[in-house]
Amino acid sequence: MKDKKLIVTGVIIFLIIATFPFWYNRGKAAPMPELELTAKAKAAKVCVRSTEYMRADHMQLLDKWREKVVREGDRIYVSPSGKQYNMSLSNTCLDCHSNKAQFCDRCHDYASVRPYCWDCHLDNSKEKT
Amino acid sequence: MDSSRRRVLQLFGISSLALMTRPVYNALATEKHAQKAKEQMIRGDKALTAKQWAMVIDTRQFESAEDMEPLIEACNKIHNIPHFENQRHEIKWLWEDHYHNVFPGKGARFLSEAVESRPFLVLCNHCENPPCVRACPTQATFKRASDGIVLMDFHRCIGCRFCMAACPFGARSFNWRDPRPFIKETDPKFPTRTKGVVEKCNFCAERLAEGKLPACVEAAEGKLAFGDLYDPDSEVRELIKTNYTIRRKQELGTEPCVYYIV
Repeated sequence: MKDKKLIVTGVIIFLIIATFPFWYNRGKAAPMPELELTAKAKAAKVCVRSTEYMRADHMQLLDKWREKVVREGDRIYVSPSGKQYNMSLSNTCLDCHSNKAQFCDRCHDYASVRPYCWDCHLDNSKEKT
Repeated sequence: MDSSRRRVLQLFGISSLALMTRPVYNALATEKHAQKAKEQMIRGDKALTAKQWAMVIDTRQFESAEDMEPLIEACNKIHNIPHFENQRHEIKWLWEDHYHNVFPGKGARFLSEAVESRPFLVLCNHCENPPCVRACPTQATFKRASDGIVLMDFHRCIGCRFCMAACPFGARSFNWRDPRPFIKETDPKFPTRTKGVVEKCNFCAERLAEGKLPACVEAAEGKLAFGDLYDPDSEVRELIKTNYTIRRKQELGTEPCVYYIV
C-alpha cells in the first residue's frame, strides 16, 4: 500500500466531483410553478376528473382517450359524475385551459418533460404569450 | 437449528398465514378502487355506423378537373393538408388522375373519347383486404373492426413507408418535411401531422362520428354516394346494382370499396 496517499486523494476528489451538484445547489430548489386557471376553468370548478387525479394521472387519461378515439372511434367521455365530454386535447382540454403557456408548459418545464403532443395537435390557445 | 417435526409444522402454519394476507389486502383494496373509476367511453348518439363504408363515384358527372376542385379543396381544408410546390413532397388524400393511370390495363384500343378525357377522382380505397395493414410493423395503420375504415394512428407511425410500398393505389403520402408552414389555413378542429409519418384519406372518420357525411361527398352534391356496402338497401348498393361499375385493380384481390360508374 505504498500508493495509499494517492488513492485516498483520488477518492476524495472523485467524491467531491460526484456530489458537486448536490451541495452546490443546496437550498436553491426551484420553486413549484404556480398554475394559472382561466376564468372559464375557474367557473367550471371541476375538470373531467378530480384535481388530484388530473394532477397525477392526466397523461394516463390522455393516453386512454387517444387509444379509444383513434383506434375504436369512441369519442365521448362520461366522467364518474356522469357528465359527457368530447375526448379531444386541442378542442376540449384547451377549450377551458386556453392558456397553454401558463398551465401546461409551466409544469412540464418544471418537471423537465417534453411531450411532443404539440407537434401535431394544435395549440388553439386564445391567450398566447 | 432444531428441525423437529413440530418445528417444521409450525413453520408451515405461519407461512400459510402469511400467504393469506395478500388476498385479504387485495379484497380490501379493490373495494376502494371500484369506487374511484366509474368512467366510461362511448360513441356519440349521432355517429353514423356501417359494417363496411363504401363510396360510389359517378364519373359521368365530372367533365373536367374544375368539377373536382371544390371536393378536393373541401378535403384539404378540413384535414389541414399542406401544399408543396415540389411534387416529390406532395401530400395527397383526394386527387384527380387520368383514366390510364387510374385503371391501368383496362384501356381498350380505341377507347371512348369521353371516358379517356374524363378526370377520375382517386382516394384511398379502404380495401376489405388491405395490404398496407399487413405491411405495417407497428399496427399504426389498421382496419377498424367497427366500420371497415382503413385508418392511420399517427402516434404509432414510425415512418418506415412499408405501407406505401404495399399499397397498389399510391394512396399514401409521406411527410418529408414539417407540413405546418405549408398549410394555407389551419383548421383548429383537426390536428396536423408531423415530419416522418405517412398519411392518407380517412373516409372522414371524424365527421362520421358526428353524424356527418365525408366532406367530399357533401361538396359533390350527389355526384358521390356513400353508404354501407353490406346493407342491401343502402344507396351505394342500389347504384352498384343498377349501374355498371368498375373498381381499381380488382384483380389484386384487395377488394377496394370505391366503385366507379363509367
